[in-house]
Amino acid sequence: MNYIGEHLLPGQIGHFFAVLSLVASLLATIAFFKASRLNSPLEQQPWMKLARWAHGFVTISILAMFGILYYIISNHLFEYKYAYTHSDRSLQAEYLLSCFWEGQEGSFMLWSFWNCLLGWMVIRTAGKWEAGVMSVLSFTQVTLATMILGVYFFDVKVGSGPFVLLRNEMDAPIFSRPEYLSFIKDGTGLNTLLQNYWMVIHPPILFLGFASTVVPFAYAIAGLMGKDHEWTKPALPWASFSAAALGLGIMMGAAWAYESLSFGGYWAWDPVENASLVPWLTLVAGLHTNLVYKNSGYSLRPTYFFYIISFILILYSTFLTRSGVLGDTSVHAFTDLGMNTQLLLFLLVFLIPSLVLFFIRYKSIPSIVKEENTNSREFWMFIGSLILFLAGAVIIAKTSTPVWNKLFGTNIAPPEDPEFAYNQIQVFVAILIGMLTAVTQYFKYKDTPKAHFRKILVPTVIALAISLAISFFGHISYDKKGIGFLGAIHVAIFAAVYAIVANSAYLWLGLKGKLKAAGATVAHIGFGMVLLGILISSAKKTVLSWNTTGVSPLRVEEGGKPNPAGNPAENLTLFKGVATDMGRYMVTYVKDTTNPLDRKRYFEIDFTSKAGNDHFRLYPDVIKNNKGMEGFAANPAARHYWDKDIFVYITSFQENRSADTVTFKNREVKVHDTLFYGNGMMILNKVSVNPKEKKYLYADDETSLFLDMTVISKEGRFYTANPGIALKGQELRTITDTVLSQSLILKFNKVIDQASGKLEIGVKETGNITDLLTLKVYEFPMINILWLGIVVMVVGLIMSIVQRVKKTGGKNTAAV
Amino acid sequence: MKTTHIIILVLIAASIAVLVQYSGDLTTYETIASAREKEGKHVNLIAKIDKGHPIEYDAAKNPNYLSFTAVDTLGNSIKVVYHDAKPTDMEKSERLVLKGAVKDGYFDCKNILLKCPSKYKDDPNAMKNQLQTSN
Repeated sequence: MNYIGEHLLPGQIGHFFAVLSLVASLLATIAFFKASRLNSPLEQQPWMKLARWAHGFVTISILAMFGILYYIISNHLFEYKYAYTHSDRSLQAEYLLSCFWEGQEGSFMLWSFWNCLLGWMVIRTAGKWEAGVMSVLSFTQVTLATMILGVYFFDVKVGSGPFVLLRNEMDAPIFSRPEYLSFIKDGTGLNTLLQNYWMVIHPPILFLGFASTVVPFAYAIAGLMGKDHEWTKPALPWASFSAAALGLGIMMGAAWAYESLSFGGYWAWDPVENASLVPWLTLVAGLHTNLVYKNSGYSLRPTYFFYIISFILILYSTFLTRSGVLGDTSVHAFTDLGMNTQLLLFLLVFLIPSLVLFFIRYKSIPSIVKEENTNSREFWMFIGSLILFLAGAVIIAKTSTPVWNKLFGTNIAPPEDPEFAYNQIQVFVAILIGMLTAVTQYFKYKDTPKAHFRKILVPTVIALAISLAISFFGHISYDKKGIGFLGAIHVAIFAAVYAIVANSAYLWLGLKGKLKAAGATVAHIGFGMVLLGILISSAKKTVLSWNTTGVSPLRVEEGGKPNPAGNPAENLTLFKGVATDMGRYMVTYVKDTTNPLDRKRYFEIDFTSKAGNDHFRLYPDVIKNNKGMEGFAANPAARHYWDKDIFVYITSFQENRSADTVTFKNREVKVHDTLFYGNGMMILNKVSVNPKEKKYLYADDETSLFLDMTVISKEGRFYTANPGIALKGQELRTITDTVLSQSLILKFNKVIDQASGKLEIGVKETGNITDLLTLKVYEFPMINILWLGIVVMVVGLIMSIVQRVKKTGGKNTAAV
Repeated sequence: MKTTHIIILVLIAASIAVLVQYSGDLTTYETIASAREKEGKHVNLIAKIDKGHPIEYDAAKNPNYLSFTAVDTLGNSIKVVYHDAKPTDMEKSERLVLKGAVKDGYFDCKNILLKCPSKYKDDPNAMKNQLQTSN
């Protein structure tokens, strides 16, 4: 059949490049490997040339695929499944790139892109290590290329291609018609959660971090194969780079989670988060043992192990998040694309050979028999690395329960409070690591003279003073989990402060202000700040929208049981235009507007502090869900202070668009009478003539009568209502009054009998009279210490990379 | 024995102890019938919404009260009470993971995990439906 309106060429070109990237990376792998087996540069030369050319073709293929996919998405060619499932016409240009990482195929392309780029950096800098390192890196490229191949080999689908056509992937009746494209008006769109600026920058950085772990791994493998352990020197800046990129990527994800509140905070120990944190921990462990080896000759074996396991854990995390195995435990995983076997092979093809090689070579890796002096820096660095590794092992073991269920058919689920299950352990890791970060730099390699320790006395005292001040005056009162955990938090705060203070002091005491050599120290200061920020902000997160009205004693749940106060009642209802009491603030839902550009509906929420010293408006928004989902996705708005953030988050909203069909019911009433309505009662207090406070409602030549009524709802809330009439000659005008939150409209009809004081009022109760919304408001204190800490840590790592590259620079590049 | 080795062993022992302790905290996935048997115990219930019963949520009255009836694959059903806002798109969800405990005959839910047909996903069935409706 000839289909009308399809653009098949871009897809065909794209598919060609997908195949080319596989073939070229295979060629590169073979050629680099061949070169690495040869000893003389002269023999190596032709193979190296071929290999670099092949790597060049891989790079061109990846770039071409990127360009074509971008063309398909930005031109809305919905005949392609990728464009149809991950974009739509209304998408803003700045989010076009996000479409790449919404799908598995696009994110594998991103990974490939970084892998290629890192390859060129290796080619430029690795010198004699180039062939060995690049053969591993090119092999990684082969496996990545198979992921996006989308070709059938003997009925087995290999990879999932980004350029497949919708009609080939789906069975739907419309595809039997040649003009089917004219029915597909729009794509299903980019997930609303991803329409956030963090989601434009977080995935590229995170994938750079993922991709970069291959370099230390490749150096280690090349070292094992050639029985040459000199690689530890050029690998060091790479490990620092990896730690910086991966750390930054993870924390940008945390910043996204924080800003979008999709996890109720910046960290939830979600499997997806854990799976990328653990390789970071092992990589940092490897970075430290690598330094130990360089300076003392100890810890070479652990260095091999840590670098190998870090990359393996990256592959494992890929398997976890993309295979759908996390289904019931994570809110945040890709579904099964039917590639589970391939993903598992992706993991095993690296895991088995690298570990086998490691154990075969284990005996031949040099190791010093005499044990480290406990007064030496290497001893404590090793202990620290070990703690990082074991902390990671514990986290990944806990995260892997779904895998366990799959393997052994068990039925285990996360604990009742999964976050606490992690926190109660990791707080002790924070204590140990914080302390080690503080003191280890004060040790010298090999042995530390006793007198040297005096230096650390002053920083210790200062840290103790600061942390005691925080403990006493900081209102750290996270007592939900018992006194023991609170105590641990206080100790951990000391450890974090100690790490910051001791390392800051070390800049002068140890390094005498030589900033060039201060990379590690600065990174440690940043790390201490990260710890401190995490401890303080998590221990002090408070709910401001604590709903006291919803749990009032008058409110009785079905079954006759009162809702015990203390239940999570974090949602507060706001009626449009009605100021509502919320702890320190009076909050009002002022209005809402829809922005046609980003298709978001913004709610204006007014905050006035009762003390009168703070007044601001926030604009949280909701965006209509796409992809066949109903309802809305909410984006919070935040008010940032230097020491805290206040977040507002719309949990639901209702608007009254239904036709008003309810009529007024007329009732006779006298002063001091009580009337009942659906949700409570009302009392007529008095009638006043021409009241001054209602002057704005009637004209000068009118005579007015206003009722002063008190409405008491079942929940025990009091409202006043003042319906009235205005008379001008024989003309009668009624002035109704509305109790918005009770959906009650009151009308003063007439005076029935002046002598007995009988009046007639109209009462109208509508189902839903007013727009309302429910929101949650959180306060996160001191979160900025965390973000600043990340920045400082990354700066420190970059400083140390620069310093190391300068030191070793030129020496390695000369070889080929 | 070297100091390093002792420390390594102690730390590994501590890690194992931590994991053993964790395994004690682990909960289980249950059906409605088996959850009823374990009244008061925190479990994970895999179920879906019984569309035959109304979902009760009125933000004007109490924004922190949601009640609905859940039914599992074995056909048993139970009333669920959740003290929080109604998750958006709950009606569309094909599967719910409810965390909480059975209490006096109803399920006191602490947390709801929605398994939507197409959240983050390229679920073929959901897409098929959409293609058919756009036809």
